Amino acid sequence: MATRLQFENNCEVGVFSKLTNAYCLVAIGGSENFYSAFESELADVIPIVKTSLGGTRIIGRLCAGNKNGLLVPHTTTDQELQHLRNSLPDQVVVQRIEERLSALGNCIACNDHVALAHTDLDKETEEIIADVLGVEVFRQTIAGNILVGSYCALSNRGGIVHPHTSVEDLDELSTLLQVPLVAGTVNRGSEVIGAGMTVNDWTAFCGSDTTATELSVIDSIFKLREAQPSSIVDEMRKSLIDTYV
Amino acid sequence: MMSALMDQDSSGMFKVQQTIGSVVCCKCGVPMPPNAANMCVNCLRSEFDITEGLQKSIQIFYCPECGCYLQPPKTWIKAQWESRDLLSFCIKRLKNLNKVRLKNAEFVWTEPHSKRIKVKLTVQAEVLNGAVLEQSYPVEYTVRDNLCESCSRFQANPDQWVASVQLRQHVSHRRSFFYLEQLILRHDAASRAVRIKQVHQGIDFFFGNKSHADSFVEFLSKVVPIEYRQDKQLVSHDVKSSLYNYKYTYSVKICPICREDLICLPSKVSSSLGNLGPLVVCTKVSDRITLLDPRTLRCAFLDASQYWRSGFRSALTSRQLVKYSVFYVEPPVGEATVGGQKYALSYVLIARESDIGKMLTVQTHLGHILKTGDQALGYDIYGANVNDDEMDEYRLHGRLPEAILIKKCYDKERERKKGKPRAFTTKKLPMEMDESRGGRGVDPGKMENEYEEFLRDLEENPELRFNISLYKNKNYQESDETASMTDGEGAPTVPIEELLAELELSEEGEGDGEDDMDE
Repeated sequence: MATRLQFENNCEVGVFSKLTNAYCLVAIGGSENFYSAFESELADVIPIVKTSLGGTRIIGRLCAGNKNGLLVPHTTTDQELQHLRNSLPDQVVVQRIEERLSALGNCIACNDHVALAHTDLDKETEEIIADVLGVEVFRQTIAGNILVGSYCALSNRGGIVHPHTSVEDLDELSTLLQVPLVAGTVNRGSEVIGAGMTVNDWTAFCGSDTTATELSVIDSIFKLREAQPSSIVDEMRKSLIDTYV
Repeated sequence: MMSALMDQDSSGMFKVQQTIGSVVCCKCGVPMPPNAANMCVNCLRSEFDITEGLQKSIQIFYCPECGCYLQPPKTWIKAQWESRDLLSFCIKRLKNLNKVRLKNAEFVWTEPHSKRIKVKLTVQAEVLNGAVLEQSYPVEYTVRDNLCESCSRFQANPDQWVASVQLRQHVSHRRSFFYLEQLILRHDAASRAVRIKQVHQGIDFFFGNKSHADSFVEFLSKVVPIEYRQDKQLVSHDVKSSLYNYKYTYSVKICPICREDLICLPSKVSSSLGNLGPLVVCTKVSDRITLLDPRTLRCAFLDASQYWRSGFRSALTSRQLVKYSVFYVEPPVGEATVGGQKYALSYVLIARESDIGKMLTVQTHLGHILKTGDQALGYDIYGANVNDDEMDEYRLHGRLPEAILIKKCYDKERERKKGKPRAFTTKKLPMEMDESRGGRGVDPGKMENEYEEFLRDLEENPELRFNISLYKNKNYQESDETASMTDGEGAPTVPIEELLAELELSEEGEGDGEDDMDE
């Protein structure tokens, strides 16, 4: 089920947090509201780590990761790196990469199996991504934008892309990523989906401006509603009843 | 699968065909093609009102007398109900309309006597990161009646005029005024006159504006030789702003020399014109007077200022023309073309109709048109009683001819056409007759005769018709005329090609016109 929240009155949740199946990173805010919201959803399941990257709070856009690893830019300080290594589970490899395009969150969109990369990314970086994250890397554009990380939100079960993506592009991406994709918006018509929301296999967090329609689209494409156990029983019951006499 | 969608563009690169997908509106969930706001049009409209802050109702003033609308502070614009002028006027009156872009404007029907005008405006404005929203909204105008300044002044005193032109010619006939009337009609010079009044020996024109009177006087100076003076009379005076209201009067005198007049030039004038013979005939009056010496076939032109310097009067006018019978025309001695007119000098043997026994041999300039057996009109100088000192002097010295022929007479030919209507008609100016002056008022019978003579004049002289509009007479039948025309020379008539058809503004006429245009 998707949750609506705000970071210090800003609806761009994907900028200040990073959610994967194995861990969750949140930025350090003045009040604890943001952190509490994540905690209430994910407390016992995965670790929630408060951090900064390179002294900034825009951690969602600077790092890219999945359950296998986490890539941080060269601007990350040693203390932050060590803090991350300490807090995250052991199977998650934290790697700092030297890359000219340091906003890795904007340049890379990934789930646990496949990643889309910025077309101008270094060859080395691509190899590191494939290695650390354990994914297949595809250089792609979304609706003509090269910042793939900003304009799509990806999980293992589905993805949302920029609303102006054409039907052919959508088919192509869907084939590459092997997940169903939909062109949609978040935060009341905002096209920057990667910055507006963050998602993993069973939950999603969106900005509070997100309308109910957008929320329903998110729920359906990421299959978040089906994560509830009760819905499965209902479906079974429908098939059991034949006729009333 | 992909190759079917690819096509080669001009640079040789493969370009994939892009089909726009559809997203759901973020507010209402209806599927729609993506736009800059990613909201469907209805949601956008409900959210952003671009007509906010625009004027939706306004008051305008209308003058019911002249049908004008007030554009403050002082201009009154004439416009018809639901016309394009009215639409542009209404839009101009709205403030703040420059904040949005106006796409379309049209009238919504309202009852004419409801005193409301409704205009539906379609405007476009940009909202929310580049999305352009179009919205229509109605504007209601309340029409209030308010007489405009000129109408209220007119209401207060309908005879109000600001400038008047008093046109006078001190001769005993009104021929010049008939001709002038036709000229004025043709050039529409008196269209702005408030009133036109006919008085003894002249016409008065009243105008509402000094500039109208000015332009009328200028027009007159171009067509007849005139002398005028301008006077003004103070009507009212605003002390505080030093505004003076005057009534202007132009006193215009037309030169008393008319066509076909016989003039005995004073010696000074004669010598200044190169010793032009003392007796001259006036052949044409436009803005200059053309004087023809019948003995030498020499012409002189006098314009208004030159004439008024000497101010001589004619000795004999067309009233004193008498009929002569022509018995014999000798071959012409000399020929000349003067001002487009051909003249031939020759000796003729004539006798007065009333005194056939007395034969005279005179020199005439009409040798080119006179033939034996014709009738001609001319002046009997021998028997005339002229009050002219110059002429008396010349008579003493015996240097005056006995008679001078002026024009050919077509009375015999006209006998045939008697009673039949003419091929053409003329229009008249809306003149008031001066009844008030008792015995000196115009005699209607005399007017009829004079007008008939004027029309005959028009028929005979094509150059007179030059500046005049003649209209086809609906009652005229051609068939009789052509039959009689075949035997010999008929009376001169106006050729049909010169006549204009009258403009008929009837309902059927307009309908036909429309059909023609559609074709």
